[in-house]
Amino acid sequence: MAKLNVNGKVRDVDVEADTPLLWVLREQVGLTGTKYGCGVAQCGSCSVHVNGEVRRSCSIPVGSLKASDRIVTIEGLAPKATHAVQRAWAEVDVPQCGYCQSGQIMAAAALLARNADPSDADIDAAMTNICRCGTYQRIRTAVHRAAVLNKDKAKA
Amino acid sequence: MKKTSSTPNLSRRQFIVGSAAAGGGLALGLHVPFGLAQDARTAAPAEINLWVAIRPDDTCLIRIARAEMGQGTLTGLAQLVAEELECDWSKVATEPITPGRNLASKRAWGEMGTGGSRGIRTSQDYVRQGGAAARMMLLQAAADEWKVPVGELSVDKGVITHAGSGRKTTYGKVASAAARLTPPDLKSIKLKDARQWKIAGQPLHRLDTADKLDGSKVYSIDVQLPGMLNAAIKQCPVFGGKLVSYDESKIAGRRGVKGVVKVDASSVAVVADTWWRAKTALDALPIVWDEGPGATASSAQIAEHLKGGLTAANAFALRNEGDALKAIEGAPKKVEAVYSTPFLAHATMEPMNCTARVTKDRAEAWVPTQNAEASLAALSEEAGIPLAQCEVNRTDLGCGFGRRGGNQDYTRQAAAIAKQFPGVAVKLIWSREEDIQHDFYRPISQCKLAAGLDEQGNLTGMHIRISGQSINAFVNPASIADGKDKRQLQGMWEEPGDAQLGYTFPNFLLEYAMRNTHVPVGPWRGVNTNQNGVYMECFMDEVAKAAGKDPLEFRRSLMAKHPKHLAVLNAAAEKAGWGTPLPEGRFRGIAQFMGYYSYSAAVAEVSVSPKGELKVHRMVLALNCGHAVNPHMIAAQVEGSVALGLSATLYGENTVDKGRIVQSNFHDYQSVRLADMPKIETVLVQSLDFWGGVGEPTICVVAPSVMNAVHAATGKPVRSLPLKNVKLV
Repeated sequence: MAKLNVNGKVRDVDVEADTPLLWVLREQVGLTGTKYGCGVAQCGSCSVHVNGEVRRSCSIPVGSLKASDRIVTIEGLAPKATHAVQRAWAEVDVPQCGYCQSGQIMAAAALLARNADPSDADIDAAMTNICRCGTYQRIRTAVHRAAVLNKDKAKA
Repeated sequence: MKKTSSTPNLSRRQFIVGSAAAGGGLALGLHVPFGLAQDARTAAPAEINLWVAIRPDDTCLIRIARAEMGQGTLTGLAQLVAEELECDWSKVATEPITPGRNLASKRAWGEMGTGGSRGIRTSQDYVRQGGAAARMMLLQAAADEWKVPVGELSVDKGVITHAGSGRKTTYGKVASAAARLTPPDLKSIKLKDARQWKIAGQPLHRLDTADKLDGSKVYSIDVQLPGMLNAAIKQCPVFGGKLVSYDESKIAGRRGVKGVVKVDASSVAVVADTWWRAKTALDALPIVWDEGPGATASSAQIAEHLKGGLTAANAFALRNEGDALKAIEGAPKKVEAVYSTPFLAHATMEPMNCTARVTKDRAEAWVPTQNAEASLAALSEEAGIPLAQCEVNRTDLGCGFGRRGGNQDYTRQAAAIAKQFPGVAVKLIWSREEDIQHDFYRPISQCKLAAGLDEQGNLTGMHIRISGQSINAFVNPASIADGKDKRQLQGMWEEPGDAQLGYTFPNFLLEYAMRNTHVPVGPWRGVNTNQNGVYMECFMDEVAKAAGKDPLEFRRSLMAKHPKHLAVLNAAAEKAGWGTPLPEGRFRGIAQFMGYYSYSAAVAEVSVSPKGELKVHRMVLALNCGHAVNPHMIAAQVEGSVALGLSATLYGENTVDKGRIVQSNFHDYQSVRLADMPKIETVLVQSLDFWGGVGEPTICVVAPSVMNAVHAATGKPVRSLPLKNVKLV
């Protein structure tokens, strides 16, 4: 039995310690917005935040997490999809199939949390998730747009 | 948290209403725009016709028979119906048609298969008629109520007005009366001229974005049903091999494991309470395979086999105009080259999966499918339940790329597993490793080209011989005889329309030598236009260079009889500034090709560092797809085709060793990432005299334009893919 703090709520999960966080989220906690894409930390579809850092949940054994570790999934990023990244994604109409977008959004949100105004090179370095549909150009546009939305909010 | 589990035994219609009424957010697959009240979502709509149902609050529910996998067909089809319906776009919602429903209605919704870039171009006429017929019935209902001639009514955004009396009503108010009227005769329906479009043709946002932003969208892999079990599968690593035995005792007593199942002759699955427990138990299960005759195959052997086809005495000549061999033989200057392209896996982001539940008289599946009717057939056949007692619940796909069409291998497997757990829903999920190693790959091929030039550098003859695997020989052998497979020569056909070669060669011999392997093959976004575009367009640059001519000018001189091809090529060249100076170290490459009734051209700008590192800086793509239903989404498809096309150009290959695919995941089957992407510009060349595809056409010009730019940069032609294997300097 492990205690996990997911989206601000502490939950007991009864799983083997080597179970990846991804599968605990999907199969025990019931949050399916975090996706399985590769299982080897290559594609980033499973990206979540752990204590504010973006991490690939397919490669985090649940036993390595403490009850005090704050895990945030796409479902808990912001109420009613109001995070600047989500609003920018909607404005730019980024997703195609959408399957990788939870991970892309979590990666972008983490980037903007530590770098309010990322350059193209910063985005290249931070946004390494795979999108087979090829929404990359719109992802870049939307990350810049989210930075502007955040600035406008700060001014208001 | 959205669940699909609350109403498992209800019909589809009850299911949608029921799950929305349960307050679980948007119902599975039903996309309702923001701002609608909850009761509006649950009010029973009036069925105007197959395509349109209208709720009292004026919500227009548009039925979609084709699959949505990111390509935007759902929104595009809704735009076409809404255009003729004259409804309020902000009140449009969509609903997928299930194959069971289509079958029960004698396929009233037509073909559901979504491949070959057909989603819009082959259903645009009847869906527009559906929208127009619904509009006519709604207006007639208002005219009947007001007892005025229907010709005196007008409609705008779902509001019907009688100018004479000043009366107004809305679609929602007359919908139930309209639903009782006799539909108009098809012949009386006059569709709008595209020049008058207000909703179609506009760069509208997609209808299906909202639930992709907060994790609430339910893909098939996310489906949860009461008491559901999960299955992980292993298939014989060598294609054509068989399952001999497995030692179940080695995983006995593992937590959550419910059983080990022989799925079919070549695969075994572990079923457990969770997928992770099933997968880890499967990894621990000792399995004995009979790898069969394919076990000795290697990429080197396959390459030799194909090489033989390049010079074999017998080949299928699709085009033989004039005497190409003689013209080339007698030419003062000859150019020759041999090109090759590898097998490629699709690697859809959502891995193969299917949830199935089989009882003694009913079978149901939840599956990401490009061909829901093929899924239904596979389910019925495997479960041994008549078609009429089967249903496939549709979910949008996490990518398709051609992997999830007619070959419903994963649906079949899920049904075979579920059959052994009667009444229990079982979700089969493939690991990424299974996905990369058990695909229906883009076929491998080689191409030998020869051209003759006269003293002035004019082309006198062209000989193209492609040797490689045939998709039809694998999926539909009855459709070809003696290797006469025209499809493998896609993009080089003589007849106009679908996939016509844009050049006129004075003497031309075009041949195909079928050389099959034990590796399963299938359509991969763009299918054979990918490989054939590389062969034709990279060789054109080699010939132009030998002739001492500019690659664009050389092409133009052969395109006088193909004005649509030429217009697209010119549009790309103009937007890219072909012939204008570039920054130091940058070089351009150009290509044009055709598939799926649409014309494509591209100009790539690249640089190659002294160490041989390639950077693609900018790509301009021009497309003429005839009617452009949504320019915003067309540009997205062009951008997507650049990404998948660049993945194939730079990194993509599946090699064979000991009969199996060597690559297993994204670490060795690489995709482009954001940092690899050039700036992409899309130029739409619109003609209103045809309907072409969008999802696939532009991918075929990505690789050759980049390869031609590399040729310009290094002075050496590149003749094999992927470029990661080629020493550029």
